[in-house]
Amino acid sequence: MRHLKDLIARRAMFLLTAVPGFLVLSMLFGLLQKSRAILALKSFSGLLFGSGWHPLKGEFGFLPFLMGTLWVTLVAMVLAVPISLLTAVYLSEYAPKFIREFTKPVIDLLAGIPSVVYGVWGVLMIVPFVGKVLAPLFGVYSSGYSVLSGGIVLAIMVFPTIIHVALEVFSSVSHELRETSLSLGATKWETVKYVVLRKGLQGIIAAVVLGLSRAFGETMAVLMVVGNVAKIPKSVFDPAYPLPALIANNYGEMMSVPLYDSALMLAALVLLLVVLVFNLGARFVLMKAERRAE
Amino acid sequence: MDFPTHLRIQNLSVSYGDHLALKDVSLDVPDKKITVIIGPSGCGKTTLLKSLNRLLDSVDGVKIRGNIFVDDEDIYDPRVEVTHIRKKMGLLSQKPQVLPMSVFDNIAYGPKIHGTSDRKKLSRIVERELRAAGLWDEVKDRLHEPASQLSVGQQQRLCLARGLAVEPEIILGDEPTSALDPQSSRIVEQRLIELKSDYTVIVVTHILRQGRRIADYLAFLYLGELVEHGPAEEVFAHPKDPRTRAYLTGEIS
Repeated sequence: MRHLKDLIARRAMFLLTAVPGFLVLSMLFGLLQKSRAILALKSFSGLLFGSGWHPLKGEFGFLPFLMGTLWVTLVAMVLAVPISLLTAVYLSEYAPKFIREFTKPVIDLLAGIPSVVYGVWGVLMIVPFVGKVLAPLFGVYSSGYSVLSGGIVLAIMVFPTIIHVALEVFSSVSHELRETSLSLGATKWETVKYVVLRKGLQGIIAAVVLGLSRAFGETMAVLMVVGNVAKIPKSVFDPAYPLPALIANNYGEMMSVPLYDSALMLAALVLLLVVLVFNLGARFVLMKAERRAE
Repeated sequence: MDFPTHLRIQNLSVSYGDHLALKDVSLDVPDKKITVIIGPSGCGKTTLLKSLNRLLDSVDGVKIRGNIFVDDEDIYDPRVEVTHIRKKMGLLSQKPQVLPMSVFDNIAYGPKIHGTSDRKKLSRIVERELRAAGLWDEVKDRLHEPASQLSVGQQQRLCLARGLAVEPEIILGDEPTSALDPQSSRIVEQRLIELKSDYTVIVVTHILRQGRRIADYLAFLYLGELVEHGPAEEVFAHPKDPRTRAYLTGEIS
């Protein structure tokens, strides 16, 4: 009887464990199923790289949205990567213990703030800042609802992810290795640059990729500050319309237009695939880095 | 003391928080000899060694009192540049710590940092140090492969060679053979004995037999206290303090 219980418990827990993996598969399958209607009529590459978005005329080109996503993500990463890596370096190598102990939870807290709050804050602070300060500074007109605003808000949302993972990576580099470099007469910065960053390189790449995939899929906050104009942006002061925003804004609204929902499903599928690939890649790199650090 | 010395430790006390790791240690280290610091684990040997090249600085909550003079320069003087002190001491740690780069770059790391950028000159230094370490024939075809691919024994010899490439005056060994097999240990010991003709060597160990094999001068640390020190033969043959006697006969360990 006890053995039977044991067996049942084990099986049941296995099933529960299998659920998340199964969910991803079912999402992929469901989205694929729904987007078949549009794929039957139009070529995948034509949809992906078409630049016209006129649903009423049956034209569904994703390029403006893909470009919107890429622009915003790129700006966010350009801002976020150096700042968060330097923060992580400071916290792990230079900061006195009490600063480190105090800052870490604060940074992790940032990760838990609902994205709509970031969005509201972006509308109140970043959008006017970009529209009234930065754009005139560069001599261009911008409403403020722009790629740059989206990028800034996104960068702030990505900080905690990159900092957190980078800190883990740095702490996996042994203390003795740092001492070795120091004892050869290297300064702290030389030790960081040539030894710690080098030893943790793969982990750092993984941290960046994890940040990237978070940036790529972030919907709410970006949608609120980025302007949502379905045109390929020409500068960071232009508005953009990222893929997640497209889905969130239109799903359930324009369903009477033929093929519209199918097109949105395809957009979701593309998004899911990209994020999956990023995440798997990051895990893979991180795994390899851990094995090498042993 | 009637021997020449460039390294004098005076009234050194070190504490971590409430824990007093070294109590008022004073020791003159003889030039061009191997000084072995023995004692049970946790007695402050490593702390003493790391205080010499100021690696203790980076430990949280450490307090250091007393003076250490190298060439009549107080290394804890705030005006002294710490990299300058560390350059004078080559450190060999317990486990070989190869830097995450090639064999060549491991050796060239120190010289590069101290301003040698000429590739030819670096090559000469690398070859000279690897030959001196007896490693050249073993690694000359693998100079540009990651140093982590060498065997552990080779890595430790590489680390010693890397330390020597910055032309230190003093070599510090922190139980440098504890991760090695007996044969590699012998090679490293032999190398240390060769080196004492040019360098002052300080080795921390808890292996008594190793102490007997290589020590010229012996210092016994117990619970943070420097109990006894003197020429190795004398201390081994006629320990004055009962605690030293007890340690040497294996009664305390």
